[in-house]
Amino acid sequence: MTRRRPTAAALAAAIGVVGACGGAGTGGRAALDVFAAASLTEALTALAPSFEAVHPGVEVRFTFGSSSALARQVADGAPADVLATADEATMAPLIADGRVHDPAIVARNRLTIAVAPGNPLGVAGLADLARPGLTVVLCAPEAPCGRLARAALGAAGITVRPASSEENVKAVLSRVTLGEADAGVVYVTDVRAVGGRAEAVAIDAGVAADPAVQAVYPMAEVAGADQATAARAFVAFSRSAAGQRSFGAAGFLPP
Amino acid sequence: MTAGLVAELELSRGPLALAVHLAVAPGATVAVLGPNGAGKTTLLRALAGLVALDRGCVELDGAVLEQAPGGPWAPPEHRSVAMVFQDHALFPHLSALDNVAFGLRARGMGRRAARTRAAERLDRLGLADRADARPGQLSGGEAQRVALARALAVEPRLLLLDEPLAALDATTRLTTRRELARHLAGHGGARLLVTHDPLDAMALADHLVVLEAGRIVQEGSSAELAGRPRSAYVADLVGVNLFRGRADGDRVDVGGAGLVVSARASGDVLAVVHPRAVVLHRVRPDGSPRNVWRGPVEEIEPAGDRARVRVGGPRPMVAEVTAAAVADLGLVPGAEVWVAVKATEIDVYPA
Amino acid sequence: MSHPERRRRASRLALVAGALAASFLALPLVGLLWRTPWSGLGHSLGQPGVAGALRLSLVTSLSATAVAVALGVPLAWVLARADLPGRRVIRALALVPLVLPPVVGGVALLLALGRRGLVGQWLDQWLGIRLPFTTAGAVVAQAFVALPFVVLPAEGAFGSADRRFEDAARTLGAGGWTVFRRVTLPLAWPALAAGAVLAWARALGEFGATITFAGSAPGRTTTVPVEVYLGLESGRFEDAVVLSLVLVAVSVTVLLVRRDSWLGPLRA
Repeated sequence: MTRRRPTAAALAAAIGVVGACGGAGTGGRAALDVFAAASLTEALTALAPSFEAVHPGVEVRFTFGSSSALARQVADGAPADVLATADEATMAPLIADGRVHDPAIVARNRLTIAVAPGNPLGVAGLADLARPGLTVVLCAPEAPCGRLARAALGAAGITVRPASSEENVKAVLSRVTLGEADAGVVYVTDVRAVGGRAEAVAIDAGVAADPAVQAVYPMAEVAGADQATAARAFVAFSRSAAGQRSFGAAGFLPP
Repeated sequence: MTAGLVAELELSRGPLALAVHLAVAPGATVAVLGPNGAGKTTLLRALAGLVALDRGCVELDGAVLEQAPGGPWAPPEHRSVAMVFQDHALFPHLSALDNVAFGLRARGMGRRAARTRAAERLDRLGLADRADARPGQLSGGEAQRVALARALAVEPRLLLLDEPLAALDATTRLTTRRELARHLAGHGGARLLVTHDPLDAMALADHLVVLEAGRIVQEGSSAELAGRPRSAYVADLVGVNLFRGRADGDRVDVGGAGLVVSARASGDVLAVVHPRAVVLHRVRPDGSPRNVWRGPVEEIEPAGDRARVRVGGPRPMVAEVTAAAVADLGLVPGAEVWVAVKATEIDVYPA
Repeated sequence: MSHPERRRRASRLALVAGALAASFLALPLVGLLWRTPWSGLGHSLGQPGVAGALRLSLVTSLSATAVAVALGVPLAWVLARADLPGRRVIRALALVPLVLPPVVGGVALLLALGRRGLVGQWLDQWLGIRLPFTTAGAVVAQAFVALPFVVLPAEGAFGSADRRFEDAARTLGAGGWTVFRRVTLPLAWPALAAGAVLAWARALGEFGATITFAGSAPGRTTTVPVEVYLGLESGRFEDAVVLSLVLVAVSVTVLLVRRDSWLGPLRA
């Protein structure tokens, strides 16, 4: 009988460790899990150290991906504390269900066309995307960047048959930087993030200024989060001047 | 142009070193006898072109099939050589008819013509009603006959048979052997038959060749082999006692013990004693036989109303006596007997 | 405990373990059936995206199987019969798609056959052939992952084949190709057929390599697994479940059919 007790104790200890894993960061800090749209990668990654400096007990952990995928995961109960999507339409159902609350716009973004450096094929605007023989990729229709791109094309009356509809905006950009696609519709911030590996071709001013084709980034606290206080602080920080500096540096427009 | 097969083969396969010179005239059957591992199957495979020679030449009806090293080599499909395998090797996924037609179709004949020809062949072998059967549904004897039909269908100039009756039971063997002899006689080309059964060899072949450890140790008619065996294997095959020794006048020294013989000879000789000429006694016989000695009974092998008794001692011998004699003499393994052999019954010839 | 009792206890344990395993395997399938929108089944299947994905998957998986067989059978033959020095290396290569994560396979295909790929750039420049984003590209990705399923059983069959039948065929006058066509192949048929069926099932379910190499465009490269994934991402949950059900039904049928072909190789 004496052989059994240590086993139970070890088991309990293991469960204890696993149970604590959800909210424990490194060095005894609390972990704040932020799920954010892929296009926010550079801006939020740059913002995190400043936030942690002001909130020393918190460590920010990011999961970047397509807004629609992340929204679905949060809806299914993924352990996120903060959710930031690339459009309000993706966030709306979660607000309605009470899965997230207190959304606030933290940034805006503009679409642009990414091409190879030097623009070898001479793409000048949205109209050129309909050129036969040009390999064009867009985001999937369900993703915010996909919705916006198709809206912009529709508004300009241009029909494009994309060679592929990628899952998120970073995937679209990879196709262009790898040379598999000639052009892709992404955000201005994404082209900026890859530096010299892609070039941005501006979308016609009239279309670009249309608020309907501007990406709006709401950030919200997830209901029942482990780190509710820290989550609220993070959203607030993102809207503060300090946070907005990171967004601006990445090329985002203010909310 | 020399008709038939003329072959000189040298070939090493692992522990076996084959070195053989062989000729078979068209219309003749030569049987190759030998113990397991002698190289009989390797010989056939080499003639068929399934394994290449190290050195030598194979000529069939004047055409050089192979010359090694450096000369031409005809692959099996270009040789007019067909083989009947030990356990028929009929294609399991084809009917008997399609099996027989296979070779004809492979050589370019149209499907219908080939099947008609095949049907004729099967009919000639009395298997017309089994044409649609699969090999798995045929009896051993039937399968072997279909295999023969398949080989004969391509009218080969050389027909090779690898232990064609080995896989059959005793009764089927007898009937199949008779039929085989008949069909072979009807075949115009040369025939080479490999077997380990001397009865098969004697029934089917005119000329016998004995292969041991890759070399021919003796060849000739069955009478020659039976009368003058040149190796223990042949002696065993034929069923006689063979001794090898040095002759000096009328004595032959066979490993320490001597035999008194009637013919005078000198030098290395072989001495043959037929088991029927060996007489067994319970007590020391007092008579004319010059060769008398004692030995223990080692083994008694009954054979119908006779028995073969092996006696050990200085000159191990097999005696053939009646079963009644075994009983009368009370012969059992271990019992001591006196063996007597007349000098006139010993056949001596140069080794 | 006496022997018979011990055996009974052991077999009871085995039964319990077996039942657990069976439940583990059956549970996801039961879950799928539980959530299937049975009343809306016909409607879902009729959706253009769904129907298109089904049609595309059928075409690409069958084509990929054909490619895998055309390439795999000769390779298996070489591995089983030829006396090549690098045989072990080639055999390992043939099995790489089995152990490679499919997405990694897709990336590797891009680097090799993409527009700027090692070989792909020449295909594009000299022949104007581009594989990414095309149905052909999806076929290539599926064939890549399906190939080992053909090579493995085929090599086994050719290797263990009874050479005497081939010897007999040769002595009867059949040349190399005839022997292969009329003797070796028919005798290896059961193993080859089983391999082809498995390859087809693998090609049908292929996702990672397809989406990475060929991308996703409806009617061109959006196969059923890709459509299921996208459907899940975009909230078209019912469509995703229906498509999953179709794939499961196909897989189960394949498994049942395969068992039959193993039972009766040659009624010789």
